[in-house]
Amino acid sequence: MASKIGVYFDLQNIGGGLDVEALAEQAKAKWGDLTPVVKCVPVLCDAEKEILADIEANGLDGVLLCGASPRDMADVLRLPVLTEHVNLREQCVLAYKNPDGSPLGNGDAPELLKIMARDYVNMGVVKLQKSEMPDSAAVEGVKRILVIGGGWTGLTAAMEASATGYEVVLVEKADVLGGAANNIPTGSPLKAPWEDKEPTNVKAKIDAVTADPQITVHMSSRMAKLEGQPGEFTATIATPSGEVTVAVGAVVLAAGWAPLDPKYLAGMGLGKSPKIVHAAEFGKMLVAGKVDARRIAFVLDTTLAEEALKSEAPAEPEAGGEAAKAQVEEGEEKAFIKENLESIKHLRYSNTVNSVGMLRLANIVCEKTNDATQAFILYKDMMIPGILERFYKKMQDRLGIMMTKADVTAIDDRGDRIVVSCANTLLGMDFDLDVDMVVVPTGIVPVTAKDVTVEFAYRQGPDFPDLGLFDGFADSNYICFPYETRRTGVYAAGCVRQPLTMDACEEDARGAVLKAVQCIEAADHGVAVHPRSGDRSYPVFNFVRCTQCKRCTEECPFGALDDDEKGTPKPNPARCRRCGTCFGACPERVISFANYNIDQIGSMIREVEVPKDFKKEGPRILILACENDAYPALDMAGMRRKAWNPYCRIIPVRCLGSVNAIWVSDAMSKGFDGVLLLGCKYGDDYQCHFVKGSEICNRRKENIAETLNRLGVQPERVEQMEVAIDEYDKVPDMIDDFVARITDMGPNPFKGM
Amino acid sequence: MSNSILVVGGGFAGLTAAIEAAELGHDVYIVEKTPYLGGRVAQLNKYFPKLCPPSCGLEIQFQRIRKNPRIKFFTMAEVTGLSGTKGDYTVTVKVKPRRVVAHNVDLTLLASSLEGTVDNEFDLGLSKRKAVYKSMPFAYPNRFVFDPAALSLADTARVAANKYLLPEEPEKELTLNVGAIVVATGWKPYDVTRLTNLGAGSVKNCISNMQMERIAAASGPTGGRIVRPSDGCRPKSIAFVQCAGSRDQNHLNYCSYICCMASLKQAQYVVEQCPDARVSIFYIDLRTPGRYVNVLDKVKACPNVQMVKGKVADVRQGENNTVVLTVEDAVRGEKMTLNYDMVVLATGMQPSLADDKLPLPLPLDEDGFVMGGEEAGIFAAGCARMPLDVMRTAQSGTAAALKAVQTVKGR
Repeated sequence: MASKIGVYFDLQNIGGGLDVEALAEQAKAKWGDLTPVVKCVPVLCDAEKEILADIEANGLDGVLLCGASPRDMADVLRLPVLTEHVNLREQCVLAYKNPDGSPLGNGDAPELLKIMARDYVNMGVVKLQKSEMPDSAAVEGVKRILVIGGGWTGLTAAMEASATGYEVVLVEKADVLGGAANNIPTGSPLKAPWEDKEPTNVKAKIDAVTADPQITVHMSSRMAKLEGQPGEFTATIATPSGEVTVAVGAVVLAAGWAPLDPKYLAGMGLGKSPKIVHAAEFGKMLVAGKVDARRIAFVLDTTLAEEALKSEAPAEPEAGGEAAKAQVEEGEEKAFIKENLESIKHLRYSNTVNSVGMLRLANIVCEKTNDATQAFILYKDMMIPGILERFYKKMQDRLGIMMTKADVTAIDDRGDRIVVSCANTLLGMDFDLDVDMVVVPTGIVPVTAKDVTVEFAYRQGPDFPDLGLFDGFADSNYICFPYETRRTGVYAAGCVRQPLTMDACEEDARGAVLKAVQCIEAADHGVAVHPRSGDRSYPVFNFVRCTQCKRCTEECPFGALDDDEKGTPKPNPARCRRCGTCFGACPERVISFANYNIDQIGSMIREVEVPKDFKKEGPRILILACENDAYPALDMAGMRRKAWNPYCRIIPVRCLGSVNAIWVSDAMSKGFDGVLLLGCKYGDDYQCHFVKGSEICNRRKENIAETLNRLGVQPERVEQMEVAIDEYDKVPDMIDDFVARITDMGPNPFKGM
Repeated sequence: MSNSILVVGGGFAGLTAAIEAAELGHDVYIVEKTPYLGGRVAQLNKYFPKLCPPSCGLEIQFQRIRKNPRIKFFTMAEVTGLSGTKGDYTVTVKVKPRRVVAHNVDLTLLASSLEGTVDNEFDLGLSKRKAVYKSMPFAYPNRFVFDPAALSLADTARVAANKYLLPEEPEKELTLNVGAIVVATGWKPYDVTRLTNLGAGSVKNCISNMQMERIAAASGPTGGRIVRPSDGCRPKSIAFVQCAGSRDQNHLNYCSYICCMASLKQAQYVVEQCPDARVSIFYIDLRTPGRYVNVLDKVKACPNVQMVKGKVADVRQGENNTVVLTVEDAVRGEKMTLNYDMVVLATGMQPSLADDKLPLPLPLDEDGFVMGGEEAGIFAAGCARMPLDVMRTAQSGTAAALKAVQTVKGR
């Protein structure tokens, strides 16, 4: 609780005709001993020394910086005490217009602007008053990384983690290391100049891992359980000689893939003839020296497989499909059943791996026979994006390889030969190709589509949530942050995340190792990982008042909270991303962060001066704005002089998920006429930085509406809107439209009571 | 010996590498050529496949930089020299003057009062900028640049007394001691003037895909309205010409990875804004790796979008500033002459190092991609190494950060 606050006004950045000195005087008069230092400084950016001296001389334990948006401080003042910003530039002066829509004039500030600035300063003081310096929930970070999967990606990850100075425990379910790479002694290019086949040297990788004293390998083993939290997970591994438990700091999931069930490729003849095989199978045959065919068709066009499936009657839902879903939703007491996410889609998703892979295979076959073998590559689109085009070009020059775009319309085994019918080719005609063998694509099905790989001993279940969104891949929804899973400390890499070529898998393994190391260090320092990296605050529970309603444990997007038999939440700070969705959920308000809590925001709401006379002095609208996207959009609107209605007061929140219904009640009983929740887009293509926050907020809004109805307040007074960060030109209109609707509704019936 | 890391380039690969390494506890310097961080992605309207705004991810990165005292960045800066060896490099950096005080002062009003203009490089020539400018609304650092060369005579008087401008600010040189280097110098759009058969940049209403991004962006020259540059009218027909320079040994001897997806994305911009417009995409192969096939399906389902496998052989000016394409349909084997209101050349990416060499011991291939350097503790990330999309760039930047960290760890 800050009890001696220094308040500083940035003369350079507060314009609009505001009398800054008067604003400072008001703050001094109102807050008295709480604010022993109130100063106007010419340039806030340059005032660091002065502020540090004041902290020293006056024993300040909080500093309030009033001026430009905190996002706009080019040189962040790093002060040793609680620091908050009051955004008097972008979201106050620059965003100001008169109620009639006319812009701010050049003279003295209008009364409404003065009131707004005063409100914001007072809200800032209260925010600090209700804030504490967070201590940190550090754990002893175990410098050991668990790598699940000993294939190409897992081996790379193990070596890289070891090279970074971390111990590794590697779990491989087969009795050999190397996985699918064992069948690829010669691969596609792995490094510049990206032109030619290359030995994969998988054996060398295996040897390096096996010989490394920092790496412990468990073969023929699988995960039985992962419990705890980053920095101090306990992994239980089922090995042939019994269960082994080991402490690990973080996890790299490189569980890899399995070939798509041949039934999905029946339309291409797979399973109907020994002479029709899929690419991975063909690779194995090559390694075993079992390929003697002289004319081979490599068919990349998968239309036949897709059409065949479409023409079949809609299949029965897979065992564990819909039924399992229903069961899981009904109640968590019932056993978890894994939904099978394998589908024909995996075939097309594997387009690049197959295009590159078939070139590689055709090349080996032709090379072995001095181009006596004829390889036909039939494609719809040669899916070799990027630098590997050079490999493609090189292969085009290979005597034995013939490539053409073709729609493959039939693959027919006639005993002595297989006839592949091609239409719409580049040769200007349709033709039938007689071959001895046909190679069809391999569908890369991530292990996570069918199996529970990590076996989380988490309250929310043993599997990753929302795998269906990514068709079973343990992938991220974020383009910018590909390693984000919803289980903190577990980072997926390789084909379990996306179908990737071998060079990309190696790179992916390195990236995932870095994130794992970073997560261990973060846990060790007691700070959050992405996206609030470095944040020392964490949710604290006042269990005395907890009613075991389980809402927080159910709603946490990251499964950070476990619970005991009674349902009392058991926090795991190192799993937590600090979004506050837990305290948004809590009806008893028992959860808080040292520097962000229910009472703090409630107090800020109550600090706003709400006039009694709606007609004369206008309504008051509370805007709770997500600080990740909505807040920057508002800043930008202000910067571009797109003003909004001056009766609004904005409070940034960490995520809409942290919005507690009590804030709406606080606002209504204070006399606010409407509450607008501005947050990120939700749904399948969500942009919420905490995955579920804005969606959960929208769900809770229905409960809020019910409560309001009961109180006789129109539920339309509370609205949630989706704002993308680049919608800065639209957001002022969205606000104004909302204010217009509220104005039409008239005053909040509780006003003045 | 130093355990600091230098990152050359402040685009997405560089930012990622720098922040990830810094969050592991290493001191990192970013040296960026332009006045802002974010690089090429800052110019984009949306990312594929989700059609989400790039500024969202950049904002997170900038917040991470703000919070992390270990990251120091220099904009308008270039590496000019290197000496020493792996683990102990001395790097000299030249920093050009921004000529504006180092505060977050808002010079919007001053800027709008000026009249002199020059071409705005950020909008790839589609707009003009003033002598006092910020490249884009989300520019980070959020500071203006003063470019006296763009002043008109009358402007000179307007800026003369301004206490925030520093017309005489000198160029600075600084020296950094680092143990490892990440090269994330990125890419530039292939120069259309070299594509003589595709109009060499002189055909009106024939723009590049990067120009299309600026036109579609809210912060761009048209406020996000897709219109023809020549007359500001909505196009009724629009064609995308794939592989403009890419997959061509006379130009770029590789596939640029992103252009098919970029055109599929831009086709969606068009469908949204001009639902009646006819859209054609002319391609050699439609490269939609992995789950991006879902985007292809989505665009294919749009009734006004047509995809033709065929190479565009010629681009010429038609009547009323329309654009005439000569296309060889690869499947039907016929030559077509087609008329469009607007044409987008899906120009490829060329590594920045193809023309602007760095004074580092970096082996480059003939296209300008980095092809080694690891032994010297120098790691290439992102499109300096190969053409990639943003997701793969983030992966690459993170991986390079690990290698750099391994190099300096324990030093």
